[in-house]
Amino acid sequence: MAKNRKGPLTKAHISFELNGEHTEVAFAPHKTLLEVLREDLRLTGTKHGCELGECGTCALLVDGRPVLSCLVLGLACAGRSVRTVEGMASAAGLHPLQEAFAEMGAAQCGYCTPGFLLTAEALLNGNAEPSRDEIKDALAGNLCRCTGYIKIYEAVELAAARMRGEDARPAEKSLYGEV
Amino acid sequence: MAKSDGNGLRVVGRAQRKVDATPKVTGETLFADDLSFPQMVYCKTLRSPHAHARIIRIDTSRAEKEAGVLGVLTGTDLPIPFGILPVSQDEHALALDTVRFIGDPVAAVAAVSEEIAGEAIHLIDVEYEQLREITSVEDALANPEPRIHDYGDSGNLHKLISLEFGTVADGFDAAHLVREDLFFYEGSTHLPIEQHAAVAMYSADHRLTLWSSTQTPHYVHIALEKVLEMPASRIRVIACPNGGGFGGKSDPFSHEIVVSKLAMMTGRPVKATLTREEVFYCHRGRHPTHMWVRTGVTKDGHITAMHFRTALDGGGYGSYGVASTYYTGALQTVTYQVDRYKFEGARAFTNKPPCGPKRGHGTPQPRFALEVQMDKIAEQLKLDPADMRLKHLVPADSLTANYLRVGSMGLAECINKVVTGSNWKERFRRLPHGRGVGIACSSYISGAGLPIYWNNMPHSGVQLQCDRSGGVTVFCGSTDIGQGSDSVLAYIVAEVLGVDPFEIRVVTADTDLTPVDLGSYSSRVTLMSGNAALQAAERARELIAPEVAKQLDVPTSRLVFAESRVFDGENPETGTTFAEAVQAAEAAVGTIGTVGSYTPPASAGRYRGSGVGPSPAYSYSAAVVEVHVEPDSGIVRVPKVWIAHDIGQCINPTTVMGQVEGSVYMGLGEALMEEMAYRANRRVVHKCPSMLEYKSPTTLEMCEVETYLVTDPDPNGPFGAKEVGQGPLLPIMPAVANAVYDAVGVRVDEVPITPEKVLTALKRKANGKEGGGRYGPTHFPEIPWPDPTRVPPPWEGGDGKAIRPSDEDAKAAAVAQPERQH
Repeated sequence: MAKNRKGPLTKAHISFELNGEHTEVAFAPHKTLLEVLREDLRLTGTKHGCELGECGTCALLVDGRPVLSCLVLGLACAGRSVRTVEGMASAAGLHPLQEAFAEMGAAQCGYCTPGFLLTAEALLNGNAEPSRDEIKDALAGNLCRCTGYIKIYEAVELAAARMRGEDARPAEKSLYGEV
Repeated sequence: MAKSDGNGLRVVGRAQRKVDATPKVTGETLFADDLSFPQMVYCKTLRSPHAHARIIRIDTSRAEKEAGVLGVLTGTDLPIPFGILPVSQDEHALALDTVRFIGDPVAAVAAVSEEIAGEAIHLIDVEYEQLREITSVEDALANPEPRIHDYGDSGNLHKLISLEFGTVADGFDAAHLVREDLFFYEGSTHLPIEQHAAVAMYSADHRLTLWSSTQTPHYVHIALEKVLEMPASRIRVIACPNGGGFGGKSDPFSHEIVVSKLAMMTGRPVKATLTREEVFYCHRGRHPTHMWVRTGVTKDGHITAMHFRTALDGGGYGSYGVASTYYTGALQTVTYQVDRYKFEGARAFTNKPPCGPKRGHGTPQPRFALEVQMDKIAEQLKLDPADMRLKHLVPADSLTANYLRVGSMGLAECINKVVTGSNWKERFRRLPHGRGVGIACSSYISGAGLPIYWNNMPHSGVQLQCDRSGGVTVFCGSTDIGQGSDSVLAYIVAEVLGVDPFEIRVVTADTDLTPVDLGSYSSRVTLMSGNAALQAAERARELIAPEVAKQLDVPTSRLVFAESRVFDGENPETGTTFAEAVQAAEAAVGTIGTVGSYTPPASAGRYRGSGVGPSPAYSYSAAVVEVHVEPDSGIVRVPKVWIAHDIGQCINPTTVMGQVEGSVYMGLGEALMEEMAYRANRRVVHKCPSMLEYKSPTTLEMCEVETYLVTDPDPNGPFGAKEVGQGPLLPIMPAVANAVYDAVGVRVDEVPITPEKVLTALKRKANGKEGGGRYGPTHFPEIPWPDPTRVPPPWEGGDGKAIRPSDEDAKAAAVAQPERQH
């Protein structure tokens, strides 16, 4: 519902590529990409934790780069390519990052998970074998209150190895603790 | 399906995914704000701009006339008070006549868009008469008027507690060393990434449904019944998966009641999603706590007496505060033996967002004080602090001075693990200046012995259905807040019935469909709903087994339920599928459904106040923390933590690891940076109601963690399991403080240990000034303590009851009894 409710309602209309599909959507022009996705396109996989650009929860990819969707206007996405968590899995199965997050327990409550997955995907797209410190740097803008981040690092490393074609498995001590 | 372990378990104890892992990584999991319904409207709340004020007048007429506004509510529309504890029903959904903190809900609007609702609340005119605000415990003590509430022990003191177990004065007389220390523990908040949200729907046949991000749907159900004056049977509360809770979603909240009422008024589904700023105002987090601790020890560190005082800054409402206050005095006795123990606790009302239960509920504050003091005592006695602790552990299967029944007790092994793992003996007091290690231990309850409201029904219930397809459905009121409680139900049932946990359907946290479980708090779910699920599954097996035994012509005692089959353990080929087994049983006895429930054992203590502390089982943790302290800046960095946790038995070690690592993380935040702080000189405005300003650890601050899981099955836990969600947080803060002392020789006797405090202590040390080398409180508030309730400890002939004044002679006789025997 637009703000200007006394006069005729005016919605913006854009087309863009969403998870590989041509998409058209009409929305109140002041809406953020986060709001357009969640409210106008009903894609609720992208979550929010502050709507002020502080927590990284709403991170997704625009033209392959991680952005905070609460800080980007929907209008700014006309003609661009947007990737959300809904675009990660396919009929063939989960994305290796999703698989590894599930396996390692890197998603506890799961609320910050979509933002982490997409930020990590952007990292791996540019760096197939990131070091632990590079992973920490890439994910420094995403807050997680459940995991202490460790299972997330381990999941990113596991997925990276598998995406490089290695037959990687979780370390026993990650799953069972130190002996 | 995993293979059988050495202990015969096939599912329990194996690392595996959570049953809801896939929807969580695909974004399919629906949290409360993800729900939407046709014709849904949006609710916004007007909140108080004053910390303490009387409402003179509210005029909603301008808001009501605004186009798109469908309903406006004020306090008088919901005049019945509520609150989580029966003893503090002091909240109103919207302020009735008084506001008690900046952010207190005053009025609410439902409108066709969130934006219109947000604008309309500012068209509500409220006239306030400001009252003097109470800003701290000291302020509350000095100013009994104006009273924030018209109930409580006196003035602005909400609660005063005084309990004495044995005469502590005698214990201090017998001590070789008596130490007195002062500590302060700053408040902090849960900061769940998910903002609270709720959606209510009211049907034409007068049924109300509320979806909410709550950890306690049962208590929300009770609050709605009370405030809306509606039969609970017509109210359905569904707890959505919580996007993090940590205790912050355990109270019934204003917005849950308000959207329900607005749905009834408007006939439309109504949603409220709090902004991050509003989440800070909901709070219910860690109580800022002043502590004074007097402890007497023998030459080898045995505690002959402990006298512990706490003063809690409660904020504007009761919340769980009475329980929180008791918890600041309850668990001091379950780690190291304490011969005589006295606890005095006070909670003050102040004009701040209400404090309540945050992970560890009332126990991190005293644990910080106790473990730092133990470090000081060990140094004074020239003992290694790890060795000193090891020597005086509470024995397994014993009663403490305050009548807590300790069952399994794996703390010795925990200490040994972290001492060995961290190479403690080579590093403690031996690292170069600026680097240090510190140790601390802790314990936590696996569920509370008593329910929040008095009743004698079970604390957790499970229904189990086995259908002809071989499908199994578990129904339980428990709420998954990310800790994996849905998975625990599936693993336990899968273990007993020999089916794949991922084939089990789990239906939880829905008051229409699931038997009551009291909620996800007190670290109670694995033990309590786990035991209920275990009982239901065993009963299902007992229904199914005789029919299979008949078909296979083998005794039921030989039947094995595993790998989705039921077979003869001596001839595994002789068997049937689980589905065929259910069909045989259904043919013989009818529909296969069972129930299970769990009630904790009766508490040993029978004195007033003995309800807080008892638990079916206590978990134990030990941690060694390494720090690097920059002497020039006071910045403390934590590169590594070694932590061992006595879990009893892992149901799933990977999720246990996740809880331990997450606890270390949250403890690190409390130790170093998190503070729920107010500008006291500016009318108690919250300093930083945003995630940017409320500092919490990012990936760049989080340390490396080495986790050791100690298994020592407890007879009260399902398969021996104890809690893990809260306990491992507790040793982190004191271990950091102790490590800072090891690194640079200064004591910071409060958290968070910020660079300014470290630097101040270092400067004091360098200048040789008063209190040299210490930063911390210098006094404890003057509190009018009542005479204590006296309870002789078990080893002084006590029976768990308080002695009446007329029993003083009997008490004198009791004290003359021989010392404690083990």
